[in-house]
Amino acid sequence: MVVESHETDGEFAGGGLGHTSRSPIVTPVFTDMVSSQTESGLLSSEGESQRTQYPYVTGTSVIGIKYKDGILMAADMGGSYGSTIRYKSVERLKQVGKHSLLGASGEISDFQEILRYLDELILHDNMWDDGNSLGPKEVHNYLTRMMYNRRNKFDPLWNSLVLGGVKNGHKYLGSVSMIGVHFEDNHVATGFGNHLARPILREEWKEDLSFEEGVKLLEKCMRNLLYRDRSAVNKLQIAKITEDGLTISQPYSLKTFWNFGAFQNPTVGAEGSCC
Amino acid sequence: MFEWDSVSTCSFFFFDCLINYNRFSEGMDSIMKDLNSPHSMGTTIIGVTYDGGVILGADSRTSTGLYVANRASDKITQLTDNVYLCRSGSAADSQLVSDYVRHFLHQHTIQLGQPATVKVAANLIRLLSYNNKNMLQAGLIVGGWDKYEGGKIYGVPLGGTIVEQPFAIGGSGSTYLYGFFDQEWKNGMTKDEAEKLVVKAVSLAIARDGASGGVVRTVIINSEGVTRNFYPGDTLPLWHEELPPQNSLLDILSSSSSSAEPMVS
Repeated sequence: MVVESHETDGEFAGGGLGHTSRSPIVTPVFTDMVSSQTESGLLSSEGESQRTQYPYVTGTSVIGIKYKDGILMAADMGGSYGSTIRYKSVERLKQVGKHSLLGASGEISDFQEILRYLDELILHDNMWDDGNSLGPKEVHNYLTRMMYNRRNKFDPLWNSLVLGGVKNGHKYLGSVSMIGVHFEDNHVATGFGNHLARPILREEWKEDLSFEEGVKLLEKCMRNLLYRDRSAVNKLQIAKITEDGLTISQPYSLKTFWNFGAFQNPTVGAEGSCC
Repeated sequence: MFEWDSVSTCSFFFFDCLINYNRFSEGMDSIMKDLNSPHSMGTTIIGVTYDGGVILGADSRTSTGLYVANRASDKITQLTDNVYLCRSGSAADSQLVSDYVRHFLHQHTIQLGQPATVKVAANLIRLLSYNNKNMLQAGLIVGGWDKYEGGKIYGVPLGGTIVEQPFAIGGSGSTYLYGFFDQEWKNGMTKDEAEKLVVKAVSLAIARDGASGGVVRTVIINSEGVTRNFYPGDTLPLWHEELPPQNSLLDILSSSSSSAEPMVS
């Protein structure tokens, strides 16, 4: 059962393909995050008293790759609370406007806040009603500015983000960290994914992967993360975004392989062991 | 010699007093630290949906350090007629957050013209928790019933994440319940099944978590309204290594025949 985040309506709570999110009306206290905090009070944050925080509920790696028709992204559905795996149905891949897909690792409450700011960005973009819409490159830039400016105030949004999308046939895949480090590449990953997934992608990624090849490649990386990342959970979603639109898969689990001779008899031949 | 001895004895006695006084003041310091510690609710709180509504459950222990400041506290507080909140973490922080949200929800209800939804209540809790995350230490579970979505449970842990869940557990005692719920949770339970589950779970957590204790309180919220229940310790099941409570050893001695041997030397 997919955990419904605060954004989606009840009717979309079931998850599945063709998943779109509609943004509710944003309350007035939430304007102008980047400019100074005008609303001082309980419902909005007081800038001066905030300092570097600690993450509480965190998501682990996100992996993104370019393929023939667009971008493929994968993330598991775990929300860890320190060493406890507290939530196992957290959606960490979300649609942004018509052309972009955002995946996040790190503090989930900050990710939820980023989604709110992006909602407002897209809302204002739509209100221009000029036929133009923000593409992935623009959204990536907005996120970069947001993350970097918060870092400068010693009050970061504790996330590593992967932003991918397609606009006018042009594929875009970028990454932003909590300190504002940002770049664009054919394959990106956050957290443990950098150490475990990217080496696989460096060897096996190629231009114009088919959808099937791309999914298999992502699954290979996710399985590896499942074996070796302590905060990974075996419940993931894969999202694809193309010129035609975005789909986020139903949550599913991967098979794992433990039936190796060396696993069954790990101490064969070792000093002091039985055999 | 005798005088010397008596003098030395006196001085030993004097030093002994001094040493004891130091130890006494060290002991007093830690007791004072305890009494001046912030009130925290090492707690067990639970919120569970069932077919038709929600059940919220909690223990009743509030501690300051090692001392139990309140052994019968009510951690399930009302936000509106149809939405209640389970509080854990700092008692002061969670009380203040709930007071503010109750106020905002009251205003919202007047302006909206109808009862607030559980989602709105949960999001107000989230707003306060998130925007004051550096100062607050409150793990909260929001549960209620509204006519649009029926019974809903939202977890708002430290940091201000909001997570809608079929059931939620929180507080220090919840660590002992993850496995229990993984095994026992079923979707679409009846009201009685769900309440029994909640009471059993809080009782199990109380058995193992030093920071949880006292009585088990439950609140049932559905379309018909709200019901509060109270389960004192003697109504709860006994777990491993726990014995049935007696009035006195004397009763045991008097009621036992030669076969039982309560006094063993």
